[in-house]
Amino acid sequence: MTKTIEEINEKILNGSARVVTAEEMPSIVAELGEEGALKEVDVVTTGTFGAMCSSGAFFNFGHADPPIRMERAWINDVEMYAGLAAVDAYLGATQESVTRGINYGGAHVIEDLISGKTVEIRAQAKGTDCYPRKSIENELLLEDFNQAIMCNPRNSYQRYAAATNSTDRTIHTYMGALLPGCGNVSYSGAGCLSPLINDPKLKCTGSGVPIFLGGAQGMIVGPGTQNSPGTLFATIMTTGNLKEMSTDFVRAAAMTGYGVTLYLGLGVPIPVTDIDVVRNTAVRDEDIKTNIVDYGVPSRNRPVLAQVSYADLKSGAVEINGEEVRTSALSSFKKAREVAAELKSWVESGKLTVNLPTRKSDPTIVVKPMRESKRPPTIREIMTSNVVSINETEDIKSAAKKLLNAQTNHLPVVNAAGGVVGIVTTYDISKAVVKENQDGKVSEIMSKNVVTTTPDEVVDIAVMKLERNKISALPIVDANGHLVGLLNAVDLGKLVGKRWTK
Amino acid sequence: MKLQLTFTKKQGREPVIAKVILATGALINVEKAYIESLCGEVLIDVQDSDAEKVCSKFRELGVDYKKLVDSVIRDENECVECGACISICPQEVFYFDDDWNLHLHTEKCVLCGKCTISCPQRALKVRA
Ligand code: SF4
Ligand code: SF4
Repeated sequence: MTKTIEEINEKILNGSARVVTAEEMPSIVAELGEEGALKEVDVVTTGTFGAMCSSGAFFNFGHADPPIRMERAWINDVEMYAGLAAVDAYLGATQESVTRGINYGGAHVIEDLISGKTVEIRAQAKGTDCYPRKSIENELLLEDFNQAIMCNPRNSYQRYAAATNSTDRTIHTYMGALLPGCGNVSYSGAGCLSPLINDPKLKCTGSGVPIFLGGAQGMIVGPGTQNSPGTLFATIMTTGNLKEMSTDFVRAAAMTGYGVTLYLGLGVPIPVTDIDVVRNTAVRDEDIKTNIVDYGVPSRNRPVLAQVSYADLKSGAVEINGEEVRTSALSSFKKAREVAAELKSWVESGKLTVNLPTRKSDPTIVVKPMRESKRPPTIREIMTSNVVSINETEDIKSAAKKLLNAQTNHLPVVNAAGGVVGIVTTYDISKAVVKENQDGKVSEIMSKNVVTTTPDEVVDIAVMKLERNKISALPIVDANGHLVGLLNAVDLGKLVGKRWTK
Repeated sequence: MKLQLTFTKKQGREPVIAKVILATGALINVEKAYIESLCGEVLIDVQDSDAEKVCSKFRELGVDYKKLVDSVIRDENECVECGACISICPQEVFYFDDDWNLHLHTEKCVLCGKCTISCPQRALKVRA
């Protein structure tokens, strides 16, 4: 049996359609069987509410008199992209205010506009014969704009990896704060309610499909940027009228140490046309697997520490290497439920009918990493390997001599096997002299917490280590932990001309 | 119940907490201590039933104390009930009920401040 969109819409319009949320679907299928569920259910509504960084809005402010062709424009001190000419601009949600930084950004402007607050527009231009004005400052309300159209180029990820952190310090990421020593797991996405999880082949989520977006009726534009359905990381591009949105479903947020983002509610209605749709929408949290990835590793290919299901994640704790670790979400499951329920009421009341995509999406596409024409410089390219070191059993006086002879401030300390066990600086020696301990052993005064780098490490990462630990040199070790060089600020200076350091 | 004690320089050298334990027989858990050269602040946890006698003993010894109630406050208009705070808090102050509503055991809070910077909606405040 199959159902056509026309049949389903007819039922929606005469009020007899059976609409359920994706959370309710598995038990209906379990009870009625697939054929029974196909006959019974007409539309399944999905929902998600979480951080959608790839958000923003196109604005048209109307022409001033004399008119201006905006070249640079700000709204509450948040810069917009004004390369669209005349009085159009695009405000990105993650753009930070030039005056208030992470505490106020594009997302906050969007929330303020929706909640009816006055915003201040500022713009500059060079002035032309047809657009003579060079600058403008104005206070406006959302209702004063001709258009305010939300557009989210990369929205509603099919899945998200969950995040943890194996390093020994708290890190701040777009997945929130991650405690040291895999102290917590942060995840995102609504699991069984997530729109694209319920339509992995992208049969129902594509161009022209009506959706719930931020409380308004929006639309799917088509596949989103970074769309990768072939690896189960599909995205969609969405749009909707900001003027019809509600702050119940559009919220500005700030992630400490990361930046501004927008929390957004989005839901897709899925017409139940055939058995395939029934099967896909019967997905349960137990069936949705994701990886727990170590965000402590500053690379694109982060190691996977465990594979879990959304049921595990939602239970509040998962196991990593035999240890129980607490989990929590960045997205709100309660709000995702509200989205799916609201969308359900729209369809039930006939306010929203359904349709299939006007263009097919290719479900096999796979996203590529950036083709880097220039490799980022690694430590190998700038390191000097004639490093002076000292054995841990030698005395402080010999350390002082070595530092003096080598005209350096840092002396890596090695053990008999050549492994780095510490570092001694001229400051450590001065302290020892003041305490009249110059006859002691190097091992007594060295810092034992040595931060090291490797020849293959990208320079930016080594620079971050120096800055974060407020130190000025890093011993370079090979894969066996043996000392092969020393990186100091002077070596980094070599790259300044190439604009690699700040 | 949690009590925040403020010591003067002199009291800081005396075993005041030990004295109170001996005098009252109450079990006192020291959860946080911040001692500077001139004064100090200590956060202790006592059983509610012992709170009155512990407080009066501290009063007798001249130690300033403040009962901590609602030490962490959630702005319900800002909170989206994501639950990010749940795994961050070392004291398990935050939890969901079966319907994914967020609740707080505020009495467990030790004022570490981790949740306030981790909440994406900036919905949490900790009483200083
Ligand atoms: S992290 Fe903030 S927004 Fe999320 S549940 Fe906790 S208090 Fe609410
Ligand atoms: S201040 Fe610390 S202990 Fe108190 S609720 Fe926040 S994270 Fe938990």
